[in-house]
Amino acid sequence: MVGITSYGGYIPWYRINRMTIYGAIGSWLNPASLLPGEKAVANWDEDSVSMAVNAAIDCLTDAEREKIDGLYFATTTSPFMERQAASIIATALDLSPEIRTADIGGSISGAASAVLTAADTIKAGSAKNIMVCSSDCRIAKAGGPLEEQYGDGAAALLMGDEGVIASLDGSYTLSYDIMDHFRVTGDKYNRQWEDRWIRDEGYGKFIGEALAGLMKKYNLSAKDFAKVCYPCLYPRAHGGIAKKLGFEAEQVQDSMFTAIGNTGAPYPLMVLIAALEDAKPGDKILVASYGGGSSAMFFTVTDEIEKVKGKRRGIKQNLEFKKDIGQYERYITCNSVLTIDTAGRGEETSLTSASKLWRERREILGLVGSKCKRCGTPQYPPQRVCANPACGAVDEMEDYRFSDKTGHIFTYTGDLLAFSPNPPSIYGVINFDGGGRYLLDFTDCEQDKLKVGLPIELSFRRKYVDRVGVSGYFWKARPVTED
Amino acid sequence: MPEGIKDKVAIIGMGCTKFGELWDKSGDDLMVDAFKECLEDAGIEKNDIDVAYWGACFPMQGLSGMPLSTLLHLPYIGVTHVENLCASGTEAVRAASYAVASGASDIALAIGVEKLKDVGYGGLPAFGVSMTGANSTAPGSFAMMATRYFTTYNLSPEEGKRMIGRVSVKSHHNGTLNPKAHLRREVTLEDVVKAPIVAWPLGLFDCCGVSDGSAAAIVCRADMAKKFRADPVYVKALQIAISSGEEINYTDFDFAHVESTRRASARAYTEAGVKNAREEISMAEVHDCFSITEAVTMEDLQFSPTGKVRADIESGFFDLDGGLPVQPDGGLKCFGHPIGASGIRMIYEMYKQLQGKADQRQLKDPKMGLTHNLGGFPQGNVCSVAIVGL
Repeated sequence: MVGITSYGGYIPWYRINRMTIYGAIGSWLNPASLLPGEKAVANWDEDSVSMAVNAAIDCLTDAEREKIDGLYFATTTSPFMERQAASIIATALDLSPEIRTADIGGSISGAASAVLTAADTIKAGSAKNIMVCSSDCRIAKAGGPLEEQYGDGAAALLMGDEGVIASLDGSYTLSYDIMDHFRVTGDKYNRQWEDRWIRDEGYGKFIGEALAGLMKKYNLSAKDFAKVCYPCLYPRAHGGIAKKLGFEAEQVQDSMFTAIGNTGAPYPLMVLIAALEDAKPGDKILVASYGGGSSAMFFTVTDEIEKVKGKRRGIKQNLEFKKDIGQYERYITCNSVLTIDTAGRGEETSLTSASKLWRERREILGLVGSKCKRCGTPQYPPQRVCANPACGAVDEMEDYRFSDKTGHIFTYTGDLLAFSPNPPSIYGVINFDGGGRYLLDFTDCEQDKLKVGLPIELSFRRKYVDRVGVSGYFWKARPVTED
Repeated sequence: MPEGIKDKVAIIGMGCTKFGELWDKSGDDLMVDAFKECLEDAGIEKNDIDVAYWGACFPMQGLSGMPLSTLLHLPYIGVTHVENLCASGTEAVRAASYAVASGASDIALAIGVEKLKDVGYGGLPAFGVSMTGANSTAPGSFAMMATRYFTTYNLSPEEGKRMIGRVSVKSHHNGTLNPKAHLRREVTLEDVVKAPIVAWPLGLFDCCGVSDGSAAAIVCRADMAKKFRADPVYVKALQIAISSGEEINYTDFDFAHVESTRRASARAYTEAGVKNAREEISMAEVHDCFSITEAVTMEDLQFSPTGKVRADIESGFFDLDGGLPVQPDGGLKCFGHPIGASGIRMIYEMYKQLQGKADQRQLKDPKMGLTHNLGGFPQGNVCSVAIVGL
C-alpha cells in the first residue's frame, strides 16, 4: 500500500485584504471583478524554495529524515532556471545526498504530477520514502485581476509504503495544451486570456472531466467520498463543478480562496491537507488539480491518521497565524513589484561565492553546527576548537543540527540603519534550547511585541538576492508571541 | 605577568586634525596635517624618525606601508600598516612603543587616519551581506547590549534611556569647549531621549559622529625624551585584548559587559602599578561609540561597581568637574570617530591635559590618563587600553 505518510503546510504570515488592493489601485480594477476576502502573501524574505522548506519541516515532525530517499519539488516559480530547487530544499532539510531529486515545473498541476510520480517510484521499488514539496510565489502586475487572485503558500506530503495515513488508490489524468495562463521565458508576470473563456472552457470543464473519468474508471460515485478537493479560480464557478457531478455542498472541501487566494502549484495539496486534518479512518478523499488539463486522485484514510492529526501546523494552524500587511505599498515592496530606493547601504551586496556555498552547504543551508564529544557543548557555526573555555578540545566534534531546535531570545534590537525592504531589521542573540548561541535575523514579528526570554522557532528564509540575482538562503528566528 | 614597558617610552610630540565631515580634505591631506603638527610639536626633523606604523581600519586609504611612506616621502625606513578595527590607532602607538622599548628604534612615528565621508551614505561603510550572520550594524549590535544591560539590572527602557542619555549630554557639553571637535552643540536630556531611533533602544544622540580625521604621535626612548622637550608624557601601560569568540560561540557571556575591556584594563593596571583605578586615574577618554558602551565601560574599567554606573553618571562623577572626568574632549560622541585616528586622538587629549594645554577643558593637575578603544561588537571585539602620565 502506497500513500501519504505525513503532511505539512506553510502559509506566509502576511495577508492582504482584497479591499486594500482595491483601495490603493482601484481605478484600474473593474468593480465587476472585485473579489471578496483576503489572500496570503509572502514576506520579502520568502520565495517558493523557502516556503517549501518550511512546509517540509512541518511534514518532518516526528519523521525520520534519514529514511527519505527522494524529494520532488513542484513549482512554477523556481528562483533558478538552471540549479535544481529540489536539491536546495533537500540540503536545507539536511537529507542524505543519496536521494533522487527532481523539479517539476511549467504547470500549476505539477504537485499532482509529483505525487503520482512519487507513488509510481515507490511502487517500482526505486525509493521507499519520497518528500513531495510544492510551493508557489506568483506575482501579478499591479492593478490587474491576477493580483487579486494569486496567493502564496506551500504544501508537503511524505509518500511511502509504511505507516500510510491515506493510501493512494487510484488516479485519472488529462493533459491538454491550453494557453489560458502562461508566462513566457524571461517574463516576471503571468498573462491570461479572457476570464469568461477560461471559466467556461477550461476551469469549468477539466476538473469535472477528470473527476468523472476517475469515478468511472474505478466504478465509484459521488456518495462514496467524504470530501472532494480542488482549487478555486473563480469563487462563483467553484461549487458548480462538484455539484454537476452529484456532490453535496458539504462534501466540497473549502478552497480557502477568500483566506489565502489561488496559490498555484501547491493549491490542490493544501486543500487536501485541510481535508486530512478533519478526516476519519475509512474516509475516501478525492483530489483534482487544475492546469493544462487536470489530474484526479483518490485516497483512503487509514487508522494511522490519528498519529499525525493535530501534530502538524498543517493548514489549520497556518490559517490562524496571520497578520494583515496593512498597506498595499508594503505588499508590492515585499514582492518586488515596486522597485524601492535601497540607497547606498542596500546596494552593498557582494556575489554569492559558489565554492564557499558548496563547501559549507550543510552549515549554511542545513544549519548544521558541531557538538563537542568531550564536553557536549553544541556550537554554531561548527567549530574545530571547542569554544567552551573549560574544554578547548581540538577536532573532537560531531555534527549537530540546529534547524530542528527551538530557542529563546537573549537580546535583540530593531535596527533602522541596516537596510531592509521591510524595516526595521530586527535581529538578536538566540540561545538554543539544549545549548548553543547565534546571532540571527528575526522574521514575521513586530518589534513592540518582543521581549527578552520569548521563545523562538526557526524558519528558512531567503536572506538576500545578490547583484546578479542569486537568492541566498539561511535560517531566521521566528518569535512565538502570545497573540 | 611580564615586566611591561612602564616608563620606558615617552611621547614627545603629537598632532591631531579637526575631526568632522571634511569634504574638502582627502585622507592624505589629513595625515599630512596631523604629521606636520606632530613634527613641530616634537621639534624634530622627518629624517630623525627611524620607523613608522600607521593605523587605518577600512581599506580605502590603501594597503601596506606605502601609502604613508610615499605620502610623507619617508627615507626608506620601515613602515607598517596596522589594522585592528577601532583599536587601529592605539595599535600603531603600541607597535611604535614596542619598537622603541625593545631598542630596535630610537624614534618612532604612529599615525592613524580614516576618511569615512567618501562612501556615499551615512554611518560606517557596510561590510557586505553575510551568508549566515544577521543583517546587523554597529548601532544595532550595541543596542542589543543596552537591551541586555537594562534587563539584567532591572531598568525599564525609559530609565535605561535616561541613564545613557545623561552620558551624551555630558559629552556634548565637553564638545562645545573643543574647537577641533566634530559636533559642538549642547543637548538636553530630553533631546537625547526623544531623538529618532537608530536601533532600538538607541537614538540619534546615543550614537557617535562618523567623521574624517587623523592624529599622530612621536615616541622615543624615555631616557632621550628630555633632550626634545621639558614636558614629555610617559607611557605607563599599553594593553590589547581580543575576544576569544566564546561570547557568541558559548553561552556564558551576559552581553551586559565587555570581557575584553575587563581583561585589557586589568593587565594595564598591573603594568602601570595602578591599585585603585577609580582613585588613581585622573581622567579618561573611552570608546563611547554609543552611550551604552561608555556606561558599561565605566564598570569594566573598575571606575564604577558592576551594575551601579547609573549612580555615578547621574551624580556627574564623569563630568568635567566631577571626580573622574571622562571624555574631556567630547569623546567619540562629539570629537568624532575616524576609526583609525580615534585611539591616537584620545592620547592627544591626555597629552595636552597632562601638559596643561587643554585650554577651556583643562583639568586641575591630572597625573595619569587612561584611553580605551573597543573595535567590533559586544559579542566579538578588540580592546586597547593605554595609560599615560607624568
